[in-house]
Amino acid sequence: MENLINGFKHNKAFRFTTCLVLLLILIAIAAPVISPYDPLEAVMRNANMEPSLQHLCGTDKLGRDVLSRILYGASYSLTSVLLLVAIIFVVGTTLGVLAGYYGGLIDTVIMRIADMMISFPGIILAIAIAGVMGGSLVNAMIALTVVTWTKYARLARSMVLKIKRRDFVEAAIVNGGTSPHILWTHIVPNILPLMVITAAADIGAMMMELAGLSFLGFGSQPPAPEWGLMLSEGRQQIQTAPWLMIFPGLAIFITVVIFNLWGDALRDVLDPRQDN
Amino acid sequence: MSRKQILYRLLQMVLVLLGISFITFCLVMLAPGDPVRQMIAGNEDIIVSQVEIDALRHELGLDQPFLFQYTSWLGRVLHGNFGFSFMMKKPVLDALLETLPATIILAVASSVFMLVFSIPLGIYTAVKQNTWFDYLIRGLTFAGVSVPNFWMGLVLLWIFALKLGLFPIVGGSISIENLILPMLTLGIVMTSKYTRQVRATVLEELNQDYVVGARARGMNESYILWKEVLPNALLPLITLFGLAFGSLLGGAAVVEIVFSWPGLGYTVVQAIIYRDFQTVQAIVLWIALMYMVINLVVDLSYNHLDPRLRKAGR
Repeated sequence: MENLINGFKHNKAFRFTTCLVLLLILIAIAAPVISPYDPLEAVMRNANMEPSLQHLCGTDKLGRDVLSRILYGASYSLTSVLLLVAIIFVVGTTLGVLAGYYGGLIDTVIMRIADMMISFPGIILAIAIAGVMGGSLVNAMIALTVVTWTKYARLARSMVLKIKRRDFVEAAIVNGGTSPHILWTHIVPNILPLMVITAAADIGAMMMELAGLSFLGFGSQPPAPEWGLMLSEGRQQIQTAPWLMIFPGLAIFITVVIFNLWGDALRDVLDPRQDN
Repeated sequence: MSRKQILYRLLQMVLVLLGISFITFCLVMLAPGDPVRQMIAGNEDIIVSQVEIDALRHELGLDQPFLFQYTSWLGRVLHGNFGFSFMMKKPVLDALLETLPATIILAVASSVFMLVFSIPLGIYTAVKQNTWFDYLIRGLTFAGVSVPNFWMGLVLLWIFALKLGLFPIVGGSISIENLILPMLTLGIVMTSKYTRQVRATVLEELNQDYVVGARARGMNESYILWKEVLPNALLPLITLFGLAFGSLLGGAAVVEIVFSWPGLGYTVVQAIIYRDFQTVQAIVLWIALMYMVINLVVDLSYNHLDPRLRKAGR
């Protein structure tokens, strides 16, 4: 935490990108206030209107205002992607810490499953899981969790194995510390910074994958104003109404750029071992 | 790698494949409703008689205990019998073999594109670190890794096919003109990623002590780069290339959909929508197998490229 505040004071890139992230979150929260129209209200006589002063990003085939849908989509997409990263983070880190700390059978079982998942392209399994379970945001999140947790588990495990041998952990064991106590006060706080850096750097990639699943129809379902889904709807009208696919894609792109920049800056601030 | 290590790797690969086959087998159970009924009906609203359902259920062994179902399925798969595709009205294996070339062509074309651009760019930006050109390429590649490939595909389609009319809008078959846009889409995204990796790898080598030593001895910069640095940077780059190529096999699914390119990814999505589960299982398993074989080949190539390993192997 201290590092973060220091970084905010001294690291220009971190200050700037944090402000951008906060701005995104602010837009997401303020969507109901700043949106010019209701994102779900269909006005058929306004269908497929080109971008104009009344509708800055045009309207879709149901006459819904695209800008309003994108703004509402910010809260929808951001909430779901942050929740997804949080779930993956908790599941992966917990399993990794358990595997590293207890070793033995738990370790073998967890890590062999992780080895298996890592040895083939996850996205195709995610598509299959989400698709077979039936398209919904929850199923897409489950599918992405299933294929991504292994990265966190491996990282957490390798760090726990290193820390476990350090003197202060041995001292805690000698002093009769219980396992939960050692885990919470000595191990978890030490691995947390690097895990958080990894999670922050992953937000952008997860956002693209979640949008990809929605784009295929295996994620969010209509009429949700989700960016991937809007792209997929826009794709069908690419000839007549290209603005339907340009603006939601631009929204994903800008958000991913911001989170990737922020992830890089956060790594510089939190990871003292980086030399440059 | 010694023969023992290779054998160990092969054994490991078989175990992982067994695990993956189990996961793919279980996939069907995730489906809401009766998967057997859905396999016959697909996503069409037709009436399927109970007799038909029972017959297929019996044929697939799905009326037996769970583990028995799995072993009998695995036995059939090992004999090359992936079942019958109700979507394509032919055996799954035939359908698989028909879609395979499209995926391989696209993967090879986009990897060639990626290598042609990313290797020179990566090396040049590493050598000319912190010049305007380096900043430009870093900026562009940063944008490239942050752009969703399906959106990039749609934008390229809109510009080149619709506005400029250079390419057909609806693909659906394998041809050069249908190939170019999906190749560009995947190629640009992959190039961005790989250029950054090449640059980082070469930079790391350039900072090694032996480079400082060579410079101190007054050796020519280009000699150091071509004869000392690049051969050392080659190994990590080959690993990364293997991973990139492997991810093209599965990760191209969304791009294949955008351009209706009839490869594995396109087919798997169609099969999911059609509830043709046996095709889904077959494709997932097949992609896993190809990905692992590629990584094995990469590891084996180390043998020939790294003299240290060759020595240790004896």
